[in-house]
Amino acid sequence: MNRLLLLVGVVVLYVLHQDYWFWRTARPLVFGFLPVGLFYHAVYCLAAAGLMWLLIRYAWPAYLEEDVEHRENVSGTGAEDRS
Amino acid sequence: MIPALAVFAYLAVVVYIGVFAFRRTSGQAEDYFLASRSLGPYVFLLSLFGTNMTAFAILGSSGHAFQNGVVTFGLMASSSALVIPLTLYLVGTRLWALGKRYGFITPVQIFRDRWECGHIGTAIFVVQAALLFPYIVIGVMGGGTTLEAISGGLVPFWAGGAVVALVVMSYVFFGGMRGTAWVNTLQTTLFLCFGAVALAVIGAGMGGFDRAVKTMMDSPAFAPLLTRERVPPLYFFSYTFIPLSSIAFPHIAIFCLTARKMASFKKTVIFYPLCMVAIWLPAVFLGVTANTAGDVPEIRAKLEARRTLATEGSRLEFAERETLKAQAAGDDVLLLLLNKYAPLWLAGLLGAGIMAAVMASDSQILALSTMFTEDVFAYYGGKARFGETVQVNTGRAFVVAFTVLAYFAALNAPQRIFDTAVQYGFTGYSALSPLLAAALFWKRSTKWGALAVVVWTATAVVAVAAFQAMVPAPPPGPPTVVWRAFGIDMLVRTAGGTAVLGGFMPVVPVTLLSAALMWSVSLLTQPPGKGTLARYFRQARGSEL
Repeated sequence: MNRLLLLVGVVVLYVLHQDYWFWRTARPLVFGFLPVGLFYHAVYCLAAAGLMWLLIRYAWPAYLEEDVEHRENVSGTGAEDRS
Repeated sequence: MIPALAVFAYLAVVVYIGVFAFRRTSGQAEDYFLASRSLGPYVFLLSLFGTNMTAFAILGSSGHAFQNGVVTFGLMASSSALVIPLTLYLVGTRLWALGKRYGFITPVQIFRDRWECGHIGTAIFVVQAALLFPYIVIGVMGGGTTLEAISGGLVPFWAGGAVVALVVMSYVFFGGMRGTAWVNTLQTTLFLCFGAVALAVIGAGMGGFDRAVKTMMDSPAFAPLLTRERVPPLYFFSYTFIPLSSIAFPHIAIFCLTARKMASFKKTVIFYPLCMVAIWLPAVFLGVTANTAGDVPEIRAKLEARRTLATEGSRLEFAERETLKAQAAGDDVLLLLLNKYAPLWLAGLLGAGIMAAVMASDSQILALSTMFTEDVFAYYGGKARFGETVQVNTGRAFVVAFTVLAYFAALNAPQRIFDTAVQYGFTGYSALSPLLAAALFWKRSTKWGALAVVVWTATAVVAVAAFQAMVPAPPPGPPTVVWRAFGIDMLVRTAGGTAVLGGFMPVVPVTLLSAALMWSVSLLTQPPGKGTLARYFRQARGSEL
């Protein structure tokens, strides 16, 4: 997936946090008791989990781990000298 | 008494975990402070989440929701559900890779190496430690308050605080990071199980949430708590800056170095928002609906104090208002609901779950000990002179000394001082977050830019604290406008804190200015040498770090 699309997804989700549309109303009550604004933000968390899954799936910085493993294999275990 | 016994049984279990972890230790610094970088994905997820969930997540969130309504979830939970996993994905993974590659144990070690500096790293340590201390004191206070409440007053505050401090000190002392991670894993599991159970049991006890919510909607005093109409949009927006503090907290940054594989971050990043819903939604919803539990005498007294404050607050003296505010505070509403509606055996289990929440200061104490021994003791020659065993024992001695200090601070200072300090602490750590971003992502950043960030953060936090101390909180009603320019309220003292630039919380300009200082001062000063930059930004098998 295009990384630019993922970046747009992050920005859009950040903007969607500021939900003016449910600011002054509790209705409708979802499941008969949950104010809609609270329900919206619970769903927002689920959307955040979905976005994180997309980031992991399509933009995981695997090279960081590969690089560490490669260096461990080359130089044996243990940390590299900082100097 | 049964709930108190369940809590003491829980405390015995966590001490045993610490001792059990002690048997697995090798005596090396990396093992004590980072569990030999060996945590698997599930322990990493659950313990990192538990590390982030302080007493505030359970007791504070329901207390905040009791007074402010459903807005609490949007302010603190859903904003964190996006920002914290994002910072773990972007920053945490890179910290892990640097730690694995170069053996770093603390963020200050990374800063010193990345920007070729020494004493500036010490300045960063001092500011981080000063901002962290109040959280540890609040943890001890939370333990004392909770044990006192759960035991029905049989265990006084001083004894409860001492028991909690002793237990935390024991498993951190013996188990180090491994013991702390295992205890946090158990704690998070308890939160996750008991949140839903508490919701179901209390809901049934109250006669159903639909009835409770309908009662609130029909009441002019309570209906606004089901919406956000009392919260200004800019104030709400400001809260999206607060979760930036998470990765800048030393205990979280250090925790990122404990994973065995970078793949451990995958589950953490994806499941973090789901854990937020599982824990915060019940806590916030129960806090809001506690407003209808007028049959609980203590809650009725809180509602009465709130009503008096709203109707007569402007005519009362400052001290009287503060007393009423303390009476109206809702940090114990969850405990009160449990005592009222849960059967005894369940109240015991749930009490243990709540106890787990208030004992989150373990990782903060360990982080401070790690930073002291690595960034001060080892850096200034202690490790080279006395050896690694003495270094680890120094870390353990620091744990004991610091816990004792936090306990006496908790006994002798008013809680509101530390509550307020924690409020500034989030702002301070958010303002320090540009340090990590610049170190990891911007080649041109310099140690002088880092110093500017640290000095600015300390100055800004002290300035906000001094402002709030000099200008007393106004009574309910219009806020006190201190400075107005260009038709905008630039500086305002509100009942709950400070608003700037037309309604933002201070965290927004303080963090943005911090980033601007890092950028501008770095551009004016000499960057680190090419050798250093090559190690941090080299083309690693086709990619940059």
